[in-house]
Amino acid sequence: MRDDSRSPASRAPRLAVIVPAWNEEVTVGAVVKEILEHLPRCVVLVVSDGSTDTTAEAARLAGASVLDLPVNLGVGGAMRAGYKYALRHGFQRAVQIDADGQHDPSQVAALLAPLDDDTADVVIGARFTGVGSYDVRGPRRWAMRLLGTVLSRVAKTRLTDTTSGFKACNERAIALFARDYPSEYLGDTVESLVIAARAGLRITQVGVQMRPRAGGRPSHSPVKAAAFLARAVLALVVALTRPRSETQEVDR
Amino acid sequence: MSGYLYAIGLSLLSLTMIVVLLRRRRIREKYVGIWLALGSAVIVFAVFPGAAVWLARVLGVQTPANLLFAAAIVVLLAVCVQLSVELSSTEEKVRTLTEEIALLRLHVDQAQDSTET
Repeated sequence: MRDDSRSPASRAPRLAVIVPAWNEEVTVGAVVKEILEHLPRCVVLVVSDGSTDTTAEAARLAGASVLDLPVNLGVGGAMRAGYKYALRHGFQRAVQIDADGQHDPSQVAALLAPLDDDTADVVIGARFTGVGSYDVRGPRRWAMRLLGTVLSRVAKTRLTDTTSGFKACNERAIALFARDYPSEYLGDTVESLVIAARAGLRITQVGVQMRPRAGGRPSHSPVKAAAFLARAVLALVVALTRPRSETQEVDR
Repeated sequence: MSGYLYAIGLSLLSLTMIVVLLRRRRIREKYVGIWLALGSAVIVFAVFPGAAVWLARVLGVQTPANLLFAAAIVVLLAVCVQLSVELSSTEEKVRTLTEEIALLRLHVDQAQDSTET
């Protein structure tokens, strides 16, 4: 590994794959191994978000670096810690992959392509673009439609799946998210996109195939879906009305 | 008349408690101001009940007691909101420190690993 530090390949951007994990000891090891299989050059950073099981140990054994948060901060908190690590260690690319195994590491290359072409700063792996099947109905679908419509307007590009946790960032987005990445509900998806768009970053989406989650199924309870809709609207309103001074421009 | 005495006693007691807490550093000064002001105001109204009647007439409130209730609700609301704001900022600080600790721990672990091998 060290010998090829001068080869042309090492001039490729350094990639950190950030895996937020909260009590995912069952799946995290396999996810880390699979990522390293597909992306042998990347650094896998598992952020154990106050896990009370052996998530950190399992991730370390599988070959990941582990940020072990002593208390639970939520996905947004875990991700900001991950972006801080990426920023301080000079990574030019960061990809977020969930620890439950629903994101396929073989699709990371597709996510990175727009960053390498310098046509985008943030790339979302989207589920509703004809690639793969992902089925939601009722209020949850309306909520996602609404989020997609509004955020497409904000980001000035067509976004259909704004709650996807499968995302890739370049160094500009890493620098922004290391400073400002909300830990609120939906802050890690919806509000972070608003922050990026308002900071002048270019957002785009790439269709990806999602796998069924290893554990648990998305809820179809109408009450929960309605609550999701209400909280999504609140998150959107808050994000869009934040004072602009808090979301500073990023140096281009 | 004894009602006023109770009120004076109670507000003196709460004022003393706040000062004691402040002296023992159990409350920080920035949270104390509003309670001291409130306690003093209650004493003034307890000693001079006429003040409440006069103030109510000036402000156009028919019953002096309602003026006091309304004022109390506004003050308590302000205190609650202030506490929520302070709590949120404390949470943000905890979050930043938590991140920092995890980053440092990883750094230390990696440094140790590289010296051992």
